[in-house]
Amino acid sequence: MLDIIPTRDPAHIRHGSNSGQPLTRRDGALKVTGAARYAADNHPPKMLYAVMAVSSIARGRVVSLDVAAAKRHPGVVEVMTEQNRPALAEDPDAKTNPFMFRYEAMQNDRVRYANQPIAVVIAETLEAATEGAALLAPTYEVEPARTGLDGNESFVPPAVGVGNPSALRHGDVDGALKTSAHAIDVTYETPAQYHNAMEPHGIVAQWDGDKLSIDTPTQGLVMMQARIAGLFGIPPGNVHIRSPFLGGGFGSKGLISGPVVLGLLAAKLVQRPVKLVLRRDQMYGPVGHRSPTRQRLRMATAKDGALTAIDHHAKVASSTFDDFFEPAANASHSLYASPAIAISHEAVRLDNGTPLFMRAPGEAPGSLALECAIDEMALACGMDPLAFRLKNYAEVEPISGRPFSSKALRECYTQGAERFGWAKRPLEPRQMRDENGFLVGWGMGTAIFPALMFAAEARAVVRRDGSATMETGAHDMGQGAWTALAQIAADALALGIDEVEFKAGTSDLPDAGIAGGSAHTATAGSAIHNAGAAVIAKLAELATSDQRSPLFGAGNAGVIARGGRLHRRDDDSRSESYVDILARAGLAEVEARGNGAIDPAAQANYAMQAHGAVFAEVKVDPELGQIRVSRMVGAFAAGRVINPRLVKSQYFGGMIWGISFTLHEEAITDRRSGRIMNANLAEYHVPVNADVPPMEALMIDEHDPYVNPLGIKGVGEIAITGSAGAVANAVWHATGVRVRRFPIRIDDLLKGGDG
Amino acid sequence: MKRFDYVRPNTLTEAISAAAEPGAAYLAGGTNLLDLMKGGIAHPTRLVDVSRLPGLDRIERQADGSWRIGALVRNADLAQDPDFAKAFPAIVEALLSGASGQLRNAATVGGNLLQRTRCSYFYDPASACNKRTVGSGCDAREGDNRLHAILGWSDSCIATHPSDFCVPLTGFDAIVEIAGKNGSREVTVEALHPLPGTTPERDSVLAPGELITALRLPATASTFAGHARYLKVRDRTSYAFALVSAAAGLVIENGTVKEARLALGGIAAKPWRARSAEAMLAGARPERAAFEPAARAALTEAKPSGDNAFKIELAERVIVRALMLAAAGTPDRVPALPASPFSSHAGAALHA
Ligand SMILES: Cc1cc2nc3c(=O)[nH]c(=O)nc-3n(C[C@H](O)[C@H](O)[C@H](O)COP(=O)(O)OP(=O)(O)OC[C@H]3O[C@@H](n4cnc5c(N)ncnc54)[C@H](O)[C@@H]3O)c2cc1C
Ligand code: SF4
Repeated sequence: MLDIIPTRDPAHIRHGSNSGQPLTRRDGALKVTGAARYAADNHPPKMLYAVMAVSSIARGRVVSLDVAAAKRHPGVVEVMTEQNRPALAEDPDAKTNPFMFRYEAMQNDRVRYANQPIAVVIAETLEAATEGAALLAPTYEVEPARTGLDGNESFVPPAVGVGNPSALRHGDVDGALKTSAHAIDVTYETPAQYHNAMEPHGIVAQWDGDKLSIDTPTQGLVMMQARIAGLFGIPPGNVHIRSPFLGGGFGSKGLISGPVVLGLLAAKLVQRPVKLVLRRDQMYGPVGHRSPTRQRLRMATAKDGALTAIDHHAKVASSTFDDFFEPAANASHSLYASPAIAISHEAVRLDNGTPLFMRAPGEAPGSLALECAIDEMALACGMDPLAFRLKNYAEVEPISGRPFSSKALRECYTQGAERFGWAKRPLEPRQMRDENGFLVGWGMGTAIFPALMFAAEARAVVRRDGSATMETGAHDMGQGAWTALAQIAADALALGIDEVEFKAGTSDLPDAGIAGGSAHTATAGSAIHNAGAAVIAKLAELATSDQRSPLFGAGNAGVIARGGRLHRRDDDSRSESYVDILARAGLAEVEARGNGAIDPAAQANYAMQAHGAVFAEVKVDPELGQIRVSRMVGAFAAGRVINPRLVKSQYFGGMIWGISFTLHEEAITDRRSGRIMNANLAEYHVPVNADVPPMEALMIDEHDPYVNPLGIKGVGEIAITGSAGAVANAVWHATGVRVRRFPIRIDDLLKGGDG
Repeated sequence: MKRFDYVRPNTLTEAISAAAEPGAAYLAGGTNLLDLMKGGIAHPTRLVDVSRLPGLDRIERQADGSWRIGALVRNADLAQDPDFAKAFPAIVEALLSGASGQLRNAATVGGNLLQRTRCSYFYDPASACNKRTVGSGCDAREGDNRLHAILGWSDSCIATHPSDFCVPLTGFDAIVEIAGKNGSREVTVEALHPLPGTTPERDSVLAPGELITALRLPATASTFAGHARYLKVRDRTSYAFALVSAAAGLVIENGTVKEARLALGGIAAKPWRARSAEAMLAGARPERAAFEPAARAALTEAKPSGDNAFKIELAERVIVRALMLAAAGTPDRVPALPASPFSSHAGAALHA
């Protein structure tokens, strides 16, 4: 067998000089000069502007729209309503698989949530379309809106997240809760949150007969292509989507949304290219959000602090017309060793848009509650929170008993704690003050996120003129896919990064899977790696079977690819360049494809998770209750690091998101109308620079021979987990006030907590 | 959205006559007015763009020691004027704690005084709001009202005035110069914003078409310079409106307070001058024991307008802290994180 066939153990794979390098983003210059073309930057000739009119009620039906007034407005070309919108081949309310979500494309006059699109005005200018939409002056038949987790009938969802069981029970939880030495029973609440990517959702759509040309930001090119083909009854090959850059997605651009379909319908209706871009406030409804949660955690330990039971119950909300249940309680099933673990969910249906995947869906709110509860449990045992976590360290996955494919969490704890100075932390709260008299608190949280893999394909070509191409329809959401995947591509072909043309971001390329679940680098990277290996195998085959090659007969010894040449493994001085191999074989190029996919056997045998430990320091004004995070250290172990600079920026982003989760973000819904009252970036708070402290993110070495051939786990979401809890625990440690409703506010600290 | 005229007059007289028409509005930096127009909350039929009127962009110290600031001076420019900052450090701190750098570059003195409330129901045309539509009701009363007023509110409106700048201006007796078709007049900043009563649609005492031309600070106002601070408590460290804010100024002689100034923000439909507290402080020693009763006195009439009782307690504590900071003396330079409890000049002595 040739050496270049990927083995299971990444330690045996030669890694060229690209992976592991902290390259800056290859698209950075394009972005800072404004040359990177985002979807809404496209203006095909004769393009019209479409503006959505959205519902101001959360439940009921549209009784009238003054279409005539809108049409009379100069510049308005057409008004698309339920009455005249082109037919779809597929019902927007159809659901044939759990990954298919319902959306509004004006299929009837029903209103199911505030900000639901109810009409689209298409005009020569954005201003005319905006004015036209205002002139529609809708009237409604209003029904009372169902809001809030209380007062609405609850039920047990059949599944949570994507097809995860809604409940799991292992061991005698109730027995342990009754008989153990220490026990806690605490309830935490987290609010609804909206993704708020900087780039709003939008589309520029152009029909040519039954062919579609589309610019839109998406985290799932091929999935979207297939969905659109189904909706319009055309072959997927007729749908061409460009999505070279996303101004953030965070999950909200993973699935097709109603507004995107409306853009396609509008272009079809007027038979001209159409651009439809959401206003910021219109992003609070039709493009997903994170459900509010109420999580009850019951835990018990033996005298020595060993957990005897964890019971994590989460109440969440979905919409009235579709099923997505934030799998918050699942955060508890793989982290802490306990002989008895129970996880369960219940849900209500509210008159809001369907909640969907939002960065670390389930894990983010779940980890916040779990890490706070662990802190409370440690206190009940009189133990240091880190010592308590180490005491309950899971050497194998708690419920399944499977070994971990790799788990350097202990090193994360040790190195993070060391760097932070955790050892000096007093056990009791409200013990530390800084030189200005502010209360100081230290808190920690454990980070965990599953190492997922989807399916992807890549295609590699090496040419006789010395050029090479690697292509896969990958997505750069700002995380740096253009760079990290190009690094893997260069290594896969044993070439310099500038010698490989890396193509991504369009739907005509091989399917790179979705950019979600923190799995994109692992999935698309594995496909790239295998495509490279396959093309080099072909070159090796050509060379080693040709008597005229210096590599002839090396079949058994094997060859190694390096710097555009194949070298005999047992005699490095005998080598031949790709160019010479192809020239002699009389071939213009060799091409090969490779796949990235999970290995079902490895999945069955191993639990695969990335881990980390986050330490936070906060300062709190003792009288005024204002909170500021002053220091954060995160240490994460997530397998192989392809680009430390990009990975670090993902960790920082996640840690900042954790601050946001605990101290800032909250969508405020008027409980009577169901409208969101702070649907703008001034009042929907996320941290500003002054809220973000100096941060350190340590990358802890971890070699994982099982997750995938490259040994990569994901880094896009994990740092939210652990961080949110660390900040919350630090606030408690600073003040002695345990706030269990998030975000923590000044009011809570003034009142003395327990809000 | 609707069609409107846009005029850019060259002189004050032209501006005033252009704005005489019903439905006209002055446009300065536009950071508030344009948002209101885009959101369908304000519907002027004519925009009179005063942003380039000559002569209204000056910061002048008069011979009598008073200061005159043109209505078109940008918030950022005023905050960065070193002489002004020396005379009125609390005003500068307030300015710098408002909005963001970008917004302060555009926002004007006049526009800041006349910015409208941030009540989220006022901004939502689908909600009932007496301030936006006379007699339509007030959805904030039973709604999300954590940020609403605790003083001076009425059954018809519980909104607050959001300006930071106005708070120390009120405390230091600033005067607004107004020009209109019937000539000029002046009012104090304190009297500029009426309480809602039964007419919450009235945000200011300006008659339609009247233009603010300048702001004046009396010579006496700068006597507080050595002990003047602004403190603003908010839901994040920067770029957020005040939950509660306070401007405090003291004249301290021989270890006692000769004169005190105290004004509050974020708690009423107008910047709130706390005169009873000022009176209690005069003659007292500048220390917590005197500040606490004064703070309580400032809030005696406060009552929650909804889910905001915490603001009463918070306001008392903010007053005490602002007075402590003022008593400790104005720092030589505007601190980093102006007006924040975390501004770098807080001292251990200030905390309980
Ligand atoms: C996101 C955001 C955050 C903000 N945060 C804060 C904050 O923390 N603290 C704070 O204090 N402010 C804050 N602001 C408000 C900001 O200070 C005001 O928008 C600004 O001061 C208004 O000034 P302008 O010149 O842009 O006014 P414009 O928007 O042009 O005008 C505002 C109003 O004043 C009238 N007007 C303007 N000039 C005159 C004049 N000379 N005579 C008569 N009428 C006039 C206009 O007709 C209009 O009604 C924030 C604003 C935004 C958008
Ligand atoms: S508080 Fe005032 S501004 Fe707010 S909704 Fe009520 S009337 Fe309108």
